[in-house]
Amino acid sequence: MSGVQIADTSRNVSPREAPGAAGQPSGPAHGAGDERLRRSSLLVKLMRRPELGAIGGLAVVLTFFAFTANGSMFTLNGLMTVLNPSAQLGIMGVAAALLMIGGEFDLSIGSMVAFAGLVLGVLLLVLHLPLLVAVIGTLVIAGGIGALNGQLVIRTRLPSFIVTLAFLFILRGLSLVGLKIATGGSTQMRGFRAVVDGSVLAPFFSGNAFGGLFRALAAHGVIEALPDGSPAAPGVPIAVVWFVLITAIATWVLLRTKLGNWIFASGGDANAARNSGVPVDMVKTGLFTLTACSAALVAVLTVFDAGSTDAMRGLQKEFQAVIAAVIGGCLLTGGYGSAIGAFFGSIIFGIVSIGLTYTGFDSDWFQVFLGAMLLIAVIFNNGLRRKVTGER
Amino acid sequence: MDQVPLDLHPPHDPQLPPPGTPLIEIRDVRKEFGHVIALAGVSLTVRAGEVLCLLGDNGAGKSTLIKTLSGVHRPSSGTFLVEGKVASFGGPRDALNAGIATVFQDLAMIPLMSVTRNFFMGREPTQGVWPFRRVDFKQCRNVTHAEMRRIGIDVRDPDQAVGTLSGGERQCVAIARAVYFGAKVLILDEPTSALGVAQTSMVLKYINLVKSRGLGVIFITHNVRHAYAVGDSFTVLNRGRTLGTYAKNEIAMDALQNLMAGGKELQELSSELGGTV
Repeated sequence: MSGVQIADTSRNVSPREAPGAAGQPSGPAHGAGDERLRRSSLLVKLMRRPELGAIGGLAVVLTFFAFTANGSMFTLNGLMTVLNPSAQLGIMGVAAALLMIGGEFDLSIGSMVAFAGLVLGVLLLVLHLPLLVAVIGTLVIAGGIGALNGQLVIRTRLPSFIVTLAFLFILRGLSLVGLKIATGGSTQMRGFRAVVDGSVLAPFFSGNAFGGLFRALAAHGVIEALPDGSPAAPGVPIAVVWFVLITAIATWVLLRTKLGNWIFASGGDANAARNSGVPVDMVKTGLFTLTACSAALVAVLTVFDAGSTDAMRGLQKEFQAVIAAVIGGCLLTGGYGSAIGAFFGSIIFGIVSIGLTYTGFDSDWFQVFLGAMLLIAVIFNNGLRRKVTGER
Repeated sequence: MDQVPLDLHPPHDPQLPPPGTPLIEIRDVRKEFGHVIALAGVSLTVRAGEVLCLLGDNGAGKSTLIKTLSGVHRPSSGTFLVEGKVASFGGPRDALNAGIATVFQDLAMIPLMSVTRNFFMGREPTQGVWPFRRVDFKQCRNVTHAEMRRIGIDVRDPDQAVGTLSGGERQCVAIARAVYFGAKVLILDEPTSALGVAQTSMVLKYINLVKSRGLGVIFITHNVRHAYAVGDSFTVLNRGRTLGTYAKNEIAMDALQNLMAGGKELQELSSELGGTV
């Protein structure tokens, strides 16, 4: 008989053994020793991971630059120079990947960077609110607009592509108009330095992390030092720390939590998910809020970094974030993808955009390169998914 | 297909009411959508440990009836009792909580997700304290694996995507999921309509098992042969009404076929084609 006893089935569900089980002797223990559990080959297991394509792409791109770029790109300092723009894109890219797995797009996040910059400027320099209140206020307002996006998509049942395209223009326009009103005619707002410098919050949003560690390593000759003894790379840009942290949390949520399962389910088949009791509308609204907040975080980071905000900040970032997610293995149709993939997708993006300046090529080749990468990634991912999941 | 030998007559589940107890009773239920009368007075009774087959041609009102029973629609009038008490469902969730689980034709399964993730979708067991609360995937995997073994399916790898399972396997996983999460009444919407012979027998065998365990089953089908194989009673629907309900010993398969075929023309066509329709 095939009855198998389950050790512990009494958690937050009230499960019942299936028919055919009760009163039967216990069968062979399941798990490692079960002959019916076909061992998937390592290759199949690897291919099942959506981020494989992005890692492959990274290898290709690194090989290309290893042969063409000047050696300073592969120093620690060069690496940090590449990682900073990767991180600024990647914070949004990872959020966009989660939203895409949930089955929706957000094209308004690029404009949101500019708009959130305006909001931060108004709260900080016009209303003279404390820094912490201004930063939290910016995140809350951005999140509110994200939730509005989500609710509009859910209630109108329009494609999120259209709804967020509208907000792409609305937010960009508001940023331009708002900045002109706030500054009396300029589309730039300056003067953040005076408020930010010396604040307790500043180290969380500007400068470099692990500066002490880098100095110590340089002093012991582990990493390259300048003639005066200070390290060539002053530390890890703070945006990179946020980027790694957000990727780690997003990956854990996707793969290990209830919410992660709901995100996959909402994007895979919203109807089937609803029938199984998944709160699809709540999940999607939450994801729109997340992408908007990720754009606001990037706005805070760039404003603290540059000391100013500009109505043209974040231009085209919405598309670049989608590209990073797609290179990272997200399907355009939703229900499949990974945060780690978007992480590597963003790094590829940073390497290509910055790396070309280390080579003899005109750096405007960057866009050609990116478009080609996107196309190859989409074709590769679709083929791979069909093979692995048995979809025909 | 790697089949595990099954005990076809498992003992009655003590958590369920004794066999023969009416689980769902509806009397003279009507459902109107504006001017369209989808159900014009339907009555049926589902008892514990019995399979009620719901037969009817396209447009007979089967889909509306299922959706009414599973809480998607509210009946316009009529009596709807669940275990003797008047039921008024606000949505599918209420029906599910009352122990009425529907396995829809599209199965509510997501092809890109793993068998395990599908099995526990919406009802994931968790461990740990917030914010570190996570799904207990080890338990999920073990339960899924064990449940799939019980229903006699070669589970292979519970992490494989549902898209890689055959139609019969998917159907059985969907039924096993409903049973595992405590269904008292299973509504199966044409579970065998898209399956081959071997896979159909696998599903029918499983329906029989579920019945022996003490659940009530509503089995919707076009196929009289499949209905007769597992059914205890048969309700025939036509144009939104019940034509009649018959116990298995009251009606022969041929008579049931004729009743379901409805109009005289179809019966004539059937005899012209040598009784094969």
